[in-house]
Amino acid sequence: MLEVRGLRKVYTSRDRTVEALRDITFSVAAGELVCLVGPSGCGKTTLLKCLAGLLGPTGGEVRVEGRPVSGPPPGMAVVFQEYGRSLFPWMTVAQNVELPLRHKGRGRAERRRLVAESLAAVGLAHTPDAYPWQLSGGMQQRVAIARALAYEPHVMLMDEPFAAVDAQTRADLEDLIRTLWDRTGVTTLFVTHDIDEAVYLGERVVVLSSSPTVVQDDLPVDLPRERDQLDTRAMPRFTELRTRVYGEIRAAQRAAGRPDGA
Amino acid sequence: MSARPAGPPVPRTVVLGATGLGLTALAAEVLPRVLGVPDDVLPPLSVILGALAAEVPTPQFRAALAATTVQWGLGLAIAVVLGVAVGVVLGSVPWLRRLTASTVEFLRPIPSVALVPLAVLVLGTQLRSALLLIVYASFWQVLVQTMYGVADVDPVAEQTARSYGLGRWARVRHVLWPTAQPYVATGVRLAAAVALILAITAELVIGSPGLGREIAAAQSGGATALVYGLVLVTGLLGLVVNVGVRALERRLLRWHVSVRGEVAP
Repeated sequence: MLEVRGLRKVYTSRDRTVEALRDITFSVAAGELVCLVGPSGCGKTTLLKCLAGLLGPTGGEVRVEGRPVSGPPPGMAVVFQEYGRSLFPWMTVAQNVELPLRHKGRGRAERRRLVAESLAAVGLAHTPDAYPWQLSGGMQQRVAIARALAYEPHVMLMDEPFAAVDAQTRADLEDLIRTLWDRTGVTTLFVTHDIDEAVYLGERVVVLSSSPTVVQDDLPVDLPRERDQLDTRAMPRFTELRTRVYGEIRAAQRAAGRPDGA
Repeated sequence: MSARPAGPPVPRTVVLGATGLGLTALAAEVLPRVLGVPDDVLPPLSVILGALAAEVPTPQFRAALAATTVQWGLGLAIAVVLGVAVGVVLGSVPWLRRLTASTVEFLRPIPSVALVPLAVLVLGTQLRSALLLIVYASFWQVLVQTMYGVADVDPVAEQTARSYGLGRWARVRHVLWPTAQPYVATGVRLAAAVALILAITAELVIGSPGLGREIAAAQSGGATALVYGLVLVTGLLGLVVNVGVRALERRLLRWHVSVRGEVAP
């Protein structure tokens, strides 16, 4: 469904070049929920923009549903970290969710149905006429998720979507993502810097190294499919997995000569 | 239980504003009399208003008011359309913006009034030369603000639109234009004031029909009170223009940070 082969990205400015991504290879099968975790500054956002067709890679290629990516792929929806800037303040919640559908050529009745269904799915059935800025941060990110859902994507990319919300909201939103994935089976790639979040959410975790970035590890998460914030996180297997990922990331930082990951 | 009377309380600023205006009017009435200023220098307010009251019902006044309003409105409309169109194009094409920046910075500070002789020479004392001056002066206000607005498009909003497959035109319509709107509104408000100044100036200097020409006529007839009265009318026109544009701004931009505080719960 999503294949990344030998992806390389070098930023060139007048007097220096920065190798953000050195050699990234991994793939996500149809219906999988994969978390991509890496230390801060490892180029996660750069990688995501290359996958979303918003940034051209220096080398290698990205394929979505078998087709090489040269612009935003039609079957893909992206949920950005900065929900406040990703939602349009001049549109109501419903209009925000509906806009991509209008440009996808959906009829009026179908648009209305999709907007209502996806808002209900994220628990916001009652606020279609509010403006995003009238809502809390967590609710705004729900709107952004509803917009992605309504688009009926084949692949969903999420770029640290919960980095800016409080802990309780974050736990609720994590469970929402699991529930939606369970129900729709949409292929999901979830980028995060939070190791616990990656292990809790993912069916698989891809660990990135420090910059210049390569894939450090790719491990399946063999936790029960039914996740629970208290029970799952208390499981010995959860602790083992998070310790392993933590170790990988620390090793990567040490190799890069930055013990704090600063 | 509070003993507040029903209905919304009158805001303090409104009370203070009305009081200030009343005091000014009182001063304008009393001071000329107390200080013994001759009527042909500064007549008391009542004399000014009396002269104006005699003038207002005449067809000549109504024609002048209409002429000024039409010139102003037409000039402003042309300037806004041109300014927005050129601003969006220059603002969204970086090399075009760099190419034109120096020229814009050179042309913008030229006072429109300096173009009066040129306009008269080329276009004569017609409505066209007044329009040229009005459009020239107000165009820059709209252009510069529109370019600021276009530059303010949020990269995340733009990427969101692109990732959902919105094409160039759809992004202009749904992302660029709403982002630029508050800036354009400011540009229009500034341009509206400038356009009125230039409309009156053109009428005074070129003699195109309108309130400015009436002021000039009253002046040559030595009707001091009427000159003051007509000046008051131009001031009032400016006020109406400003209030109108602001009201429009609040309506169209109720989502914007500058407005939403007054509307949102």
